[in-house]
Amino acid sequence: MSTSQGLRNWLLSEEPTSRRQARFASWYKGWLTLRSNKLTMFGLYVLAFLLLCAIFAPVLATHDPFAQDLGQRLLKPGENGHLFGTDSLGRDIYSRLLYGARISIYIVLLVVMVAPLVGLIVGTVSGYAGGWIDVLLMRITDIFLAFPRLILALAFVAALGAGIENAVLAISLTAWPPYARIARAETLTIRNSDYIHAIKLQGAGPFRIVTKHIWPLCISSLVIRVTLDMAGIILTAAGLGFLGLGAQPPSPEWGAMISEGRKYILDYWWVATIPGIAIFAISLAFNLLGDGLRDVLDPKEDNS
Amino acid sequence: MTDAPLLDLENLWVKFRTRSGVFDAVRGISFTLGKERLGIVGESGSGKSMTGRAVLRLIRPPGFIEADRLDVHGEDILSLPEKRMRQLRGGRVSMIMQDPKFSLNPVMTVGQQLVEALRAHEKVSRSEAHKRALEVLDEVAIRDPKRVFDLYPHEVSGGMGQRIMIAMMLLPNPEILIADEPTSALDVSVQLQVLDIIDKLVRDRGMGLMFISHDLNLVAKFCDRIIIMYAGRIVETCKAGELRNAQHPYTLGLLNSVPDLEHPRDHLEVLKRDPAWREAPSVSARV
Amino acid sequence: MSAISINNLCVWFGVGAERSYAVQDVSFDVADGESFGLVGESGSGKSTILRAIAGLAPTWSGKMSVAGETLGPKRSKSFYSKVQMVFQDPYASLHPRQTVDRVLSEAMNLHGVENIDRRIGRLLDDVGLGPGFRFRYPHQLSGGQRQRVAIARALACDPSILLLDEPTSALDVSVQAEILNLLVDLRREHKLTYVMVSHDLGVVGHLCERIGVMKGGRFEEVLTVDAMRRSEAQSPYTQHLLESSINSIR
Repeated sequence: MSTSQGLRNWLLSEEPTSRRQARFASWYKGWLTLRSNKLTMFGLYVLAFLLLCAIFAPVLATHDPFAQDLGQRLLKPGENGHLFGTDSLGRDIYSRLLYGARISIYIVLLVVMVAPLVGLIVGTVSGYAGGWIDVLLMRITDIFLAFPRLILALAFVAALGAGIENAVLAISLTAWPPYARIARAETLTIRNSDYIHAIKLQGAGPFRIVTKHIWPLCISSLVIRVTLDMAGIILTAAGLGFLGLGAQPPSPEWGAMISEGRKYILDYWWVATIPGIAIFAISLAFNLLGDGLRDVLDPKEDNS
Repeated sequence: MTDAPLLDLENLWVKFRTRSGVFDAVRGISFTLGKERLGIVGESGSGKSMTGRAVLRLIRPPGFIEADRLDVHGEDILSLPEKRMRQLRGGRVSMIMQDPKFSLNPVMTVGQQLVEALRAHEKVSRSEAHKRALEVLDEVAIRDPKRVFDLYPHEVSGGMGQRIMIAMMLLPNPEILIADEPTSALDVSVQLQVLDIIDKLVRDRGMGLMFISHDLNLVAKFCDRIIIMYAGRIVETCKAGELRNAQHPYTLGLLNSVPDLEHPRDHLEVLKRDPAWREAPSVSARV
Repeated sequence: MSAISINNLCVWFGVGAERSYAVQDVSFDVADGESFGLVGESGSGKSTILRAIAGLAPTWSGKMSVAGETLGPKRSKSFYSKVQMVFQDPYASLHPRQTVDRVLSEAMNLHGVENIDRRIGRLLDDVGLGPGFRFRYPHQLSGGQRQRVAIARALACDPSILLLDEPTSALDVSVQAEILNLLVDLRREHKLTYVMVSHDLGVVGHLCERIGVMKGGRFEEVLTVDAMRRSEAQSPYTQHLLESSINSIR
């Protein structure tokens, strides 16, 4: 008990004595703010739960997600040891849901690693440089913004064949422009701050200013935007799966599962509805988390 | 008849509930305001602005007000329902704030705001309100009221914006005017002009003025009575003319730390804050 | 030799027909070790002059030379090691996500200063902040403390000239007194040259020896602080400023 009290005091200290302490203290205070928002914590728990399900899918699954058993088709949830029932090919929905979580998270991670990063670079360079660089980069951004996501995915599938990677590529290519716009808007504001003038007066060059001074300030808006976009990205991936453009059968991707269950929705509602609830849960969780993150990361502390 | 003072405050507390406990911004101050000019002086964090807002009950949660007495012209306002409070705000007690850039609505013309301010408190026709608005613009020494009536706030200078703010706040004929740093955002030469206007209007209309500022010298020249606040308490109160005979070390410290053009010193006196000042009970400024 | 020599400086914003001049035809010299004040009301162009010297104003004409070096469109590394600036708003002059330690060590890294750790401790001492402030973030500092950090940052590379843009106008009166005392002490210890912008004649009178009075982008008058104290201003505008400012009750 006393060591945890000691740790807490160390983290909340008003006079940190090292760089490490200052940084941890700052994160800890952010965590406390996050924790005080009940809805956000709910979102965080749901996400953590889904993440754990995905990681421990082999342990938690009761059946092989690909094993078909035509004698056990369309069983109701709870029948014969199938927690959520079976689909039209007799596959256990619960196990498919768990493995499908892996696919959803994989898609999310891929998009998150590409789109915001590209948007950050394009936006900050454009905002800081100004002039013709700004005009050029923004017009390129506009071009990509004009592409409708699903149509682009169709085009990619036609060109490269269906599959998750191509779906992710299509999503990423259309997801980065809003991040570029956000980053550019932030950069335009920050660019005229006195602390940027001050570091220029120390002889800092544009690369250092953009990467070390402007990026840290843009990251918070981008993180918030990313979490709020997650829901849309997952739904898009599910939509692509629904259209047969994303993960291919027999892959247990949630959107594809809904598509397969469409035909049976009137008499065997659970085949389509349960994956739908899963998509709803993860989207809601990301939205709640994003909302709460905004309160933590919004630099209100800057002002007196 | 010696009527009740315009404002009577006793043991006012303004508190904020934070994650680490309750923070007291104003800690038990008492004063009265008659048909006079009362200056409230303090540095940032002294609670002076909170006091002004507390009188108008403009403190929002997590802040809350506690007081033994908070009377406007004899009427207790602590227990007034919000609807009546809205009539009081602007109608009987008005407030001017520091920067007209932030206190005037940028998407409405000056005239629209004046008319709206009046019609919120009195049942007058639009044409009547228009006429009164032009009259009050003239009263605050705006030379071309008709032209200014149709301007947007960003099209007028700082001094003019502040005068418009004063006009807007005085249209409904309030009894008390609270001025929260009304001249701090203005240039020096415009400051005197705006203060003159406030002075004239307050005197002509027989109002009470609560002048909140950080500038002790300014308040001493402009007000009749002064209250000095520190850490949410009143540490001293005196008549403006007797400021040079101030007793409290904080007041003396404030006076001495201002660099004076006519009396150069090598080093300015640095205020040594005594923790005892926070703990000492508030001095009552009730008359 | 003058530390700073400005001749016929014009600074404008906008292009072509929409060009508006913030500074018009300003000339003055600041001697080595002198403290020169620029006073005027808002919009008079005084801060713009400072920014032009620092290289933060893009469009200007005229001739400027600082410490013997004539200034062109860009500033050199050696310029930055001789001239530094302290800004007006303490709440905007520090990067919100960087500790004091990071701010100071980065400044010193950029100038190639050695023994950074020890020098940081000494700098914080010089500006009256103890070692306990070293790892704080700006939101954990008061206005006066932030301004001290800004001054420490300006002194990190041992400059000889400090440009001060209304360094105390956003501070409480008692805090202002501390910072003014600090500036007086630092000037004496490090033999600095100051160019200070202010709208407050009392502050300028405390810190400066000579003053340039500005109005509408031009110099109205240059006079010594002594002359100003004796109210021996020649321009009626300066007289008017003096009269509006003298509001002491002592």
